[in-house]
Amino acid sequence: MIKRTLLSATIALGLATGALAAGGESHIEDFDFSFEGPFGTYDTHQLQRGLQVYTEVCASCHGLEYVYYRNLGDHGGPEMEEEQVKAYAALFETFDPEIDDFRTAVPADKFNASQFDGAPDLSLMAKARAGFHGPAGLGINQVIKGMGGPEYIASILLGYTGEEKEQAGTILYENTAFPGGWISMPPPLADDLVEFADGHDADEHHLAMDVAAFLMWTAEPKMDTRKETGFYVFVFMVFLAGLLYLTNKQLWAPHKRKN
Amino acid sequence: MSGIPHDHYEPKTGFEKWLHERLPVVSLIYDTLMIPTPKNLNWWWIWGIVLAFCLVLQIVTGIVLAMHYTPHVDQAFASIEHIMRDVNGGWAIRYAHMNGASLFFLAVYIHMFRGLFYGSYKAPREITWIIGMLIYLAMMATGFLGYVLPWGQMSFWGATVITGLFGAIPGIGEPIQAWLLGGPAVGNATLNRFFSLHYLLPFVIAGLVIVHIWAFHTTGNNNPTGVEVRRGSKEEAEKDTLPFWPYFVIKDLFALVVVLAAFVAVIWTMPNYFGHPDNYIEANPLVTPAHIVPEWYYLPFYAILRAFTADVWVVQIASFLTGGIITAKFFGVLAMFGSIFVMALVPWLDTSRTRSGVYRPQFKWWFWLLVIDFIVLMWCGAMPAEPPYSTISLIGATYWFAYFLVILPLLGVIEKPKTPPATIEEDFDAHYPPKPAE
Repeated sequence: MIKRTLLSATIALGLATGALAAGGESHIEDFDFSFEGPFGTYDTHQLQRGLQVYTEVCASCHGLEYVYYRNLGDHGGPEMEEEQVKAYAALFETFDPEIDDFRTAVPADKFNASQFDGAPDLSLMAKARAGFHGPAGLGINQVIKGMGGPEYIASILLGYTGEEKEQAGTILYENTAFPGGWISMPPPLADDLVEFADGHDADEHHLAMDVAAFLMWTAEPKMDTRKETGFYVFVFMVFLAGLLYLTNKQLWAPHKRKN
Repeated sequence: MSGIPHDHYEPKTGFEKWLHERLPVVSLIYDTLMIPTPKNLNWWWIWGIVLAFCLVLQIVTGIVLAMHYTPHVDQAFASIEHIMRDVNGGWAIRYAHMNGASLFFLAVYIHMFRGLFYGSYKAPREITWIIGMLIYLAMMATGFLGYVLPWGQMSFWGATVITGLFGAIPGIGEPIQAWLLGGPAVGNATLNRFFSLHYLLPFVIAGLVIVHIWAFHTTGNNNPTGVEVRRGSKEEAEKDTLPFWPYFVIKDLFALVVVLAAFVAVIWTMPNYFGHPDNYIEANPLVTPAHIVPEWYYLPFYAILRAFTADVWVVQIASFLTGGIITAKFFGVLAMFGSIFVMALVPWLDTSRTRSGVYRPQFKWWFWLLVIDFIVLMWCGAMPAEPPYSTISLIGATYWFAYFLVILPLLGVIEKPKTPPATIEEDFDAHYPPKPAE
């Protein structure tokens, strides 16, 4: 563990500078996700694949400090079986302040936090970035396209041009989606970097989409419930408005000389 | 309570008489609900009910949120995520509260512009208008304090920028700023007091709302013609009015539910649209966001604040005349508060004897230009403080002041208003002609 801490400290010093680079035009691709639109829901299988990409790739640096392992079994999430959740949690060690030591994680524990400061926590990343701002900075296109958080994540993952430069002792990688154009995160994905048990396509594009969808879920775990409830409440409101419209019409009719 | 003659509550049963002699509460409720209301009120008059609903919604959701929220810099952000993830229905309550603030301000702006168009601020309703402006100021303060509580990046940096405005007051500014913050910078003391005040102010607003309603129940409502209800006798008044219950209660409820359907649709489909993504990043005093943008409802006044930079000649003159005491920053602060202050003075700045804008051919154009000005300023407030936005902001700010300080006083003198109908009944009958038999 000490080795890891030292490693993180070293990398953190290097990466912190990169995170400050901001400004400039960036290109965010508009991906089609299953959870878009008023009725879109998460694709359980995609979230499970995204979890795998996160675990095997992202988690070596990044964390998910607001997500519990137990959430993996929640409705509208990856919906894993209880046993699967337990087995997944058991893969990790978590620090327990009560015993002042590390122990095997259980579903009631949270995912590990980021390994070092330069790698931001990913729990809320899909809501902490807006991919779309137009036209003229008004953000009206978000009404049609959505805020664009998952699009931002996928675009970053696929936005590497292959160019590198060294700046103040840090290697920066050119990225068309990153504000400022240069990012300190090395290209994390490659075709078939992850192998899915069900043999699903694992090219770079699919991996990016899957992990972006997974991170949308970690940011907004109640989205499916929200859309179900929201729709019913909306329908109820429209129905109630209809009744009140008729009541109002009837009530005023004699005064408006309409009957 | 009302100056318009109408039936009053008469206690009938023994218990009613007993209670009425001791506490005339039924009478108060009856007179409030049965107030004679001009029967020609149009749909622009529904926003008062929406506002009353918003206040209740914000207080109810806010009290529940406070049960789960922790006002500490180390836990505030995480406690919001706890609400969003682990509290039963917490996401719904928090999204309703977040978007409820937006609905509140949308409604208050429409309500205010309605008042400005139909001359609702004019005698004898000046007090209603002034109380309304106080409510609006309290709302601005409450909204700002509330936005700090999630302790995201915009919370922190918004608090830093806005309290910095007080720091711009010459001489005493910095002590005032430190007193507001409870320290030299935004920190735990700030978060704690902001939470306390965010909980307190809505009840101050509720008190002011009661006075606001009391005031316009005393004068009676304005209406689209701006013609007063006839008060010679009860029979005469009844030709111009209908009781609030049930006629306007049902009408307002219908409108409220339509507005709420749209509100629900926002929470259902895009609950974070009116928020800023940076507020899902925990506050970090070491990293300044690229653009610090207030919530949309402050943007017009934020644009006015930023419009007066050091290269604007009025700023230079003010700075020269005061020997440098008035800096560009302080001028901006004065302009921002001044832009709200001139609005509060509008009952005395508008010299026209005609109340409703419907009968003022020139006023109409200037009024709608003010609405456009407001929207343009809102857009400029969201943009970086650089050309062309800074120039547009300056033009917009100039028009804002010109409207209240120059155009309204002059229009009353040079404009030839049309003749409004003699009575509300006449106006109503023009829309809904009586049948020949009547």
